[in-house]
Amino acid sequence: MDIDWDLVAGSFWPLVQGGIRGTIPLSLASFFLGLVLALIVALMRLSGNKVISAIARGYVSVIRGTPLLVQLFVIFYGLPSIGVVIDPWPSAIIAFSLNVGGYAAEVIRAAILSVPKGQWEAGHTIGMSPVTTLRRIILPQAARVSVPPLSNTFISLVKDTSLASLILVTELFRQAQEIAAFSQEFMVLYVEAAVIYWVFCLILSSGQSQLEKRLDRYVAH
Amino acid sequence: MSPIDPLAPRGTVPAHEPVLTVSGLRKSFGANQVLKSIDLSVRQGEVLALIGPSGSGKTTVLRCLNGLETPDGGVVAFRGIRPVNFASPASKKQLASLRDQSAMVFQHYNLFPHKTVLENVIEGPVQVQKRPKAEAVREASSLLDRVGLADKKDQYPHELSGGQQQRVGIVRALALKPSLLLFDEPTSALDPELVGDVLHVIKELAEEGWTMALVTHELAFAREVASEVVFMDGGVVVERGHPDQVLRDPQEERTQQFVHRLLNPF
Repeated sequence: MDIDWDLVAGSFWPLVQGGIRGTIPLSLASFFLGLVLALIVALMRLSGNKVISAIARGYVSVIRGTPLLVQLFVIFYGLPSIGVVIDPWPSAIIAFSLNVGGYAAEVIRAAILSVPKGQWEAGHTIGMSPVTTLRRIILPQAARVSVPPLSNTFISLVKDTSLASLILVTELFRQAQEIAAFSQEFMVLYVEAAVIYWVFCLILSSGQSQLEKRLDRYVAH
Repeated sequence: MSPIDPLAPRGTVPAHEPVLTVSGLRKSFGANQVLKSIDLSVRQGEVLALIGPSGSGKTTVLRCLNGLETPDGGVVAFRGIRPVNFASPASKKQLASLRDQSAMVFQHYNLFPHKTVLENVIEGPVQVQKRPKAEAVREASSLLDRVGLADKKDQYPHELSGGQQQRVGIVRALALKPSLLLFDEPTSALDPELVGDVLHVIKELAEEGWTMALVTHELAFAREVASEVVFMDGGVVVERGHPDQVLRDPQEERTQQFVHRLLNPF
């Protein structure tokens, strides 16, 4: 097979732009909204109130038990039939945030539970309220434990945002599809897209290592 | 002792006034009644040593005083605040006012691993008591200096030995200036050669007039520093009195057996 290097070079920048204007902001926005949601859901699950904890458990169960693509389609193609029309971008952000919220909630819950009970007691004895203890003592320690699994969640999310191409969001993969349809060079474009995703994820992995190293300064080896 | 000495205990109450009076303290965990009806009092400047076999309820007494457990019944009265009667559920405010009277030194130190030694010590004064940070740092440094840890204040707990960590635990409690210091088996988790340093610090605090309640298995230490020894077994106080009397010449059979076993382990 002859590779059309001119096409590779010519399509490189449009694909990267799709990443910069689509994939990256979509991933960042969804991840941070999803994390906020996940923290709330994790605390709901840990709550002593049975109803609150059951609601949170139900939410996590639905998110983890249904395909992301189906969640995306329900929001973008399903909701309009009951009168709720949401544009592609907000639809994608909502769907991905809800998804991250479900998965990261379990990570955060486990991380909070991994902090020894004695840390809560130490917070109590120096006069802290449970909320202050959570914020200043427990969560910083839980954060360290959560970095590897949450990094995995984020890396998965970056790749999963390619699904947004199916609800008309112009991100990296949709750019590739459009150029491929036009040039009929499917192999070249899709491999090129794959390489760019891979480079993004390599950068993220090295960011993860840096972050872990920084947070490791108080951990015994 | 000068009034600005950070190691000076709070308040100007004359010695021999009770700092704490506990009556009829009860606590159960499920069907297990851990405290059956405990009466105690600790006077200003006194050291109360609680001894007894494991499961006797002595640690639970300390935990109830600091609000780490909520008693099922009884009255806890600290000087200067309204007594809390646990016959009816106590309000959050009452529990907090009770908790603020004392500070616990834990068996396993429970230092905050993500904070430096200095940050561990100033966390309570700055975050909770809202004292100026510069002042809290000055006091904390001086306290750390007193326990021989001046050069460790920017290190993290995991970089310290167990004995050093426990001394930080003690300083963290002192920095809150509680009316009562609580020690829950402070040397039980330490390697034998590190026990002495920690006991030495506690003894100095006792000599400086801090009021404290101490759960310990170190009978020789209890005899040296305690003003009163309370022997508990099965959730009740079996015997109490001057350390020389309780530890050298116990009257009750259970106390005799316990003391004998601890002094003659083989």
